[in-house]
Amino acid sequence: MGLSGARAERLGWRWSLPWLVLVSVLVAGVFAAPFAYLVVRALGQGRALASVWTSRAALEPLARSLVLAVAVVVAATALGVAAAWLVARTDLPGRRAFAALLPLPLVIPSFIGAFVVLAAFSRGGVLDRLFGWGGLRLEGFWPSFVVLTLFCYPYVYLPVAARLKALPASLEESARLLGRRPLVAFFTVVLPQARASVAAGSLLVFLYVVSEFGVVQLFRYDTLTRVIYATRLFERDRSLALTLLLAAIALGVVAAERVSARRATAAGGRAGRGGLVVPLGRWRAPALSFLVAVVMLALGVPVGVLVFWVVRGWENVADPGALLPAMLNTAAASVGAAVAAVAAVLPVAYLTVRHRSRVGGIANAFVVAGFALPGLALALALVVVTLGAPAPVGRLYQTFPLLVFAYVVHFGAQALRGAQAALGAVPPRVEDAARVLGANRVQRLLRVELPLMAPGLLAAGGLVLLSSMKELPATLLLAPAGFQTLAMEVWQATESALFAQASLAALVLIALSGVLTWVLVVRRGIEPA
Amino acid sequence: MRRTVSLAVTLLLTSAGVAGCTGARDALTIYSGRDEALVGPLLERFADETGIPIDVRYGDSADLALLIDEEGEDTPADVFLSQTPGAVGFLDEQGRLADLPREMLERVEARFEAPDGRWIGLTARQRVLVYNSELVDRSELPNSVFDLTQERYAGRVALAPTNGSFQDFISAMIQTEGEDVALEWLRAMAEGGAPTYADNSSIVDAVARGEVEMGLVNHYYNYRYLAEDPSAPSRNYVFPDGDLGSLLLASTVSMIATTDKQDEARRFIEFLLSDESQAYFAEETFEYPLAEGAEPSPELPPLDTLEVPEVDISRLGHTLELTTKLISESGLL
Repeated sequence: MGLSGARAERLGWRWSLPWLVLVSVLVAGVFAAPFAYLVVRALGQGRALASVWTSRAALEPLARSLVLAVAVVVAATALGVAAAWLVARTDLPGRRAFAALLPLPLVIPSFIGAFVVLAAFSRGGVLDRLFGWGGLRLEGFWPSFVVLTLFCYPYVYLPVAARLKALPASLEESARLLGRRPLVAFFTVVLPQARASVAAGSLLVFLYVVSEFGVVQLFRYDTLTRVIYATRLFERDRSLALTLLLAAIALGVVAAERVSARRATAAGGRAGRGGLVVPLGRWRAPALSFLVAVVMLALGVPVGVLVFWVVRGWENVADPGALLPAMLNTAAASVGAAVAAVAAVLPVAYLTVRHRSRVGGIANAFVVAGFALPGLALALALVVVTLGAPAPVGRLYQTFPLLVFAYVVHFGAQALRGAQAALGAVPPRVEDAARVLGANRVQRLLRVELPLMAPGLLAAGGLVLLSSMKELPATLLLAPAGFQTLAMEVWQATESALFAQASLAALVLIALSGVLTWVLVVRRGIEPA
Repeated sequence: MRRTVSLAVTLLLTSAGVAGCTGARDALTIYSGRDEALVGPLLERFADETGIPIDVRYGDSADLALLIDEEGEDTPADVFLSQTPGAVGFLDEQGRLADLPREMLERVEARFEAPDGRWIGLTARQRVLVYNSELVDRSELPNSVFDLTQERYAGRVALAPTNGSFQDFISAMIQTEGEDVALEWLRAMAEGGAPTYADNSSIVDAVARGEVEMGLVNHYYNYRYLAEDPSAPSRNYVFPDGDLGSLLLASTVSMIATTDKQDEARRFIEFLLSDESQAYFAEETFEYPLAEGAEPSPELPPLDTLEVPEVDISRLGHTLELTTKLISESGLL
């Protein structure tokens, strides 16, 4: 008990660090496997690799990918932060409903999202038929930008809402008492404390957009992923070389983000019973209209069009009851992935936030950058790794655990960034105090740190949950034979041009994600003010 | 928090139990690039009639071909159903396919088979021009796909340059008319401002909505579209006189070289070539059944009365690299 804080810290290090490093190295090794696969496959090409990378046919689509990603990051971040603040910190009417609805656009598979937007707004589309407004020609950068922003902002919204919810009111109260207006107090006091969460979300948006295929394909915006996809079978080498280029860029961006995140001081603070509630006053109506517009565009339009198709083609819907097993499978695989992903990345989060070791940095880079790999590349890498591994691992091939594992590897980034933000929000002083009071390591983790991290971890798990529910390319290749998920049902019906059937499955997917998000994430973690 | 975790773990465990029940080890494993709504009932009928258990993996034909290639010797796949000659041609080139018995090959015309006897065509789909009957008068329709480069069709015909069937069509053009003609045609279409779409379905949808007047697609998409929306004004037009625009493309079946279920796989292929299965394809998909003696849907003309161009479809995959190069050079992409 007589230990000084500094010595206690050192003692803790000596006990925990080797284990943390070991576990993190293992986790990093698993997440690095797809990169290793790409390197092995692509490096065989030797010099040809460099010429593929520097060809105009690669650089122009790459430039388009980057421009689109940066634009969507800016817009989705603004949208996500504004929505999070309104829900978590103001007296906006209907906050509970918004808290449940705002994360949901994340679950709409992008190929459905884009298709639905086309069906609603284009010439001869649903709105044109109803109101005869003529419709838009949706093609290229702008529709891709708008649709991706609408479907990606939850990557920012969820972690930021969780952080704002956990922030103590004290600093903001002081700022307000010193005469700062609410908006000024938000930008100067609240936002800096949520900086890590904002950065976490923005990075995810960036990585998502550079690897996105469905939206850019339907709107014919020729990004790098479209080239990777178009060349995957008959120009295999080129496709692999470009995927490796994408992976390298992702690793670079993740590393750069980590350097800049280190410079920022982690803003600690006591997690209180909710933050300050800001009265919106005359801004109530505009704020409310803003959120209604967001929910209408990102959720209302897709759901509306899907309902329209279900009603129109109801007699073509084969058997709605057949969706039940797919529902259970989807829930099981995605909940499993969310829990497993958070558990898997927690050691890496500790190592990066508390110890700042080089191993932590490398593990962080592979876990996070893996999100930018196209699902097909990731799935094929796991095929090679699993079948190449010693016998007991090979047995797992195309089984349920491997599918969950694939989701963990694909979406571990979402869990890690959220876990880091959550852990960074737990002030080390709290742990010191618990230690001085005699709590051991496990007690400190379970009774002090986890409860403080809970909203952030739930938000992190929630992102993995929603992403896993809609995942398609890896699911198609790695799920056990006969194991149907809702995303597969949607895709299969779309392939057969069975609009009603596809729409029904998509609606069930959205409803299921709504229920799971509410029960597991929102109700426990990000309840509104 | 702890309650959340325990709830999640319970859910996970129960579902793992559920999932563990599917997937028999001694089943015939089918990788199907053809969609479930279409072939699912047929595959179930096979399992019922023969008592052979089946495991089916559905996916995009190209992705499944890549999967089989990466799985190598360990692939669980015994049989591969491909939507296009391209994907199965890729596997053939990689040496992943087994020889098929002669008597089986004899049931289908040689022009719908691999010359090395490693895949068989099951059904054929025809390339057509889909048009909006409210916006386009029948008399306006062109006699040949080569007329589409004329001034009066500029910007009015939609294409799907990244779609496998469109690429097969361009490969056929390279085969019959040469590289220069194909590039010229593509350039003229691009310069005329032909709108491009992601796939056949998107084109049929855009034509039905009136966003674009015409589009080059496979024939059966419009039948499916009309089944969903009978009031849609989209109609198929077949280019006359064996024009290249009315090319026939085959969906195929093949046996994987590493299979240890050769007998079951053979029975499966025989089942697909049976009158019963071929009639199913004809009725359900409006495709042309390819086995000897099978009749297409009454709404379609019989296969042997079709005037179709002379093209070696088994070689379409070989020029695909050149084809994609020409398409991107032309400015269509």
